[in-house]
Amino acid sequence: MFVFTGDDTKRMYIAMLRTLVVVAIISLWQLLAYLSVIPHHKIPSPWETILGVQTLAFAGLPSGYRLLTHIVESLYRVLYGFSIAFVIAVPLGILMGWSRVLRELLNPLIEIVRPIPPLAWIPIAIFWFGIGIKSAAFIIFLGAFFPILLSTVSGVLSVETILIEASRTLGARQKDIYTKILVPGATPSICTGLRIGMGVAWMTLIAAEFTGVKSGYGLGYMIMVARDIQRPDYILAGMIIIGITGYALDACLRTFERMILRWK
Amino acid sequence: MTLELAGICKRFFHNDTQETLDVLNDISFKAADGEFISIIGPSGCGKTTLLRIISGLEHPSAGTLLLRQKAITQPSAQVGLIFQEYALFPWRTVIDNVAFSLEIEGVPRKKRRERARYYISTFGLEGFENKYPKELSGGMKQRVAIARSLINDPKLLLMDEPFGALDSQTRNAMQAFLLQIWQETKKTILFVSHNIDETVFLSERVFGLSQRPGTIKLSLSIDLPYPRERTGQEFNRYRKQILDYLSEERSTFDR
Repeated sequence: MFVFTGDDTKRMYIAMLRTLVVVAIISLWQLLAYLSVIPHHKIPSPWETILGVQTLAFAGLPSGYRLLTHIVESLYRVLYGFSIAFVIAVPLGILMGWSRVLRELLNPLIEIVRPIPPLAWIPIAIFWFGIGIKSAAFIIFLGAFFPILLSTVSGVLSVETILIEASRTLGARQKDIYTKILVPGATPSICTGLRIGMGVAWMTLIAAEFTGVKSGYGLGYMIMVARDIQRPDYILAGMIIIGITGYALDACLRTFERMILRWK
Repeated sequence: MTLELAGICKRFFHNDTQETLDVLNDISFKAADGEFISIIGPSGCGKTTLLRIISGLEHPSAGTLLLRQKAITQPSAQVGLIFQEYALFPWRTVIDNVAFSLEIEGVPRKKRRERARYYISTFGLEGFENKYPKELSGGMKQRVAIARSLINDPKLLLMDEPFGALDSQTRNAMQAFLLQIWQETKKTILFVSHNIDETVFLSERVFGLSQRPGTIKLSLSIDLPYPRERTGQEFNRYRKQILDYLSEERSTFDR
């Protein structure tokens, strides 16, 4: 039983507990590997995984294709597709939030296309764009597009009527209401959409790289190579890198969110 | 004459239930330039609807509505509306909230901030220019809302229970503050309240609305000099008059 005396103390306890959980799990994992309880050829030990990261970083996989370049290439692809999704989904979402007619016209189409997993688009994407950055960007675009669009629409719809009315009694016309009330009012929801969209985009990218990249760079491609040469330590190391990079992307968006939503 | 209402009626129609609801019935009155009028009445009697109609946010089902001899057809900065919930734009700082209507008009940034700063200092909000609404107390929020409305020099200021969410001390201070602003700017004010003390303290005339459909059943001039003494004998006589009216209205309803 903990007795919390203040916020700082509480935060310290929580931080300690978190670290403890991570350390405990890794220790247990290392112990089980050491005692050969878990099959070594299937699950490498934490230490081997760390060595794996080191090999990926310095020697590269395939040899000479270093980790940092894989990361940069994956980030490039994800930002390419994500930016296009952002540029189209936000304005379209605001339009759909304004106009009931547009919303009702487009909703059926969106609701049919949305459940198609982005990965199911890979064959047609390769057919249209060939294998390469354009295909990958298209798949990412599809993954990020719908969360951003739907969050933007619901953000516009969530703007309180009283704020719109207040602006009208202050002389605001339609275009002022759009730009000065609906857009800023929808921003919190748009930010949430961007974060969800980025998460989906990142997941989609890795999967797209499994099939859409035949040679070269990319974290997804990298761990497929590791599978081909039967190295679970490299696979696991690659997976951890994918997790950390995804986390870093989200952290960037969170910082951006905090900056523009200081008023919240 | 700032405002003239003649035969204003309002009927709402519910699409779902196919029912109609008469909210206001035959409201007629005139407000002279610079007059302070309060409207009081049982809850649900249509006070808010009346203000919304005058502001242009709602259209009357019948009757005429003139602001300086011109019909009101839509909301404009000519008629300010103050809400109980303040309705400040949470993403704008105090100064940008106050300057909102000037921004809409296209007044250059430097000039509109200068004007906004003048209002901010008159309203005792110095040092809070760059704060966001969430950082302000209720009384300060309402002062920002009033400044935001007055900066555009409206001909008429409508206030819908503006101090209803404040604690009683802040409420009293805000009433005194509003009187001071009114005396300085000579605005015509239409003030909806359910607080008897407040209406007697502030207004030159009080209208009592009936149960729904609301119609004016009481018209009372408060002939007391400002500033008024809340505990004075005359003051209490007016309070009793309004209180009697309201309890009578309630009893007709209960019966």
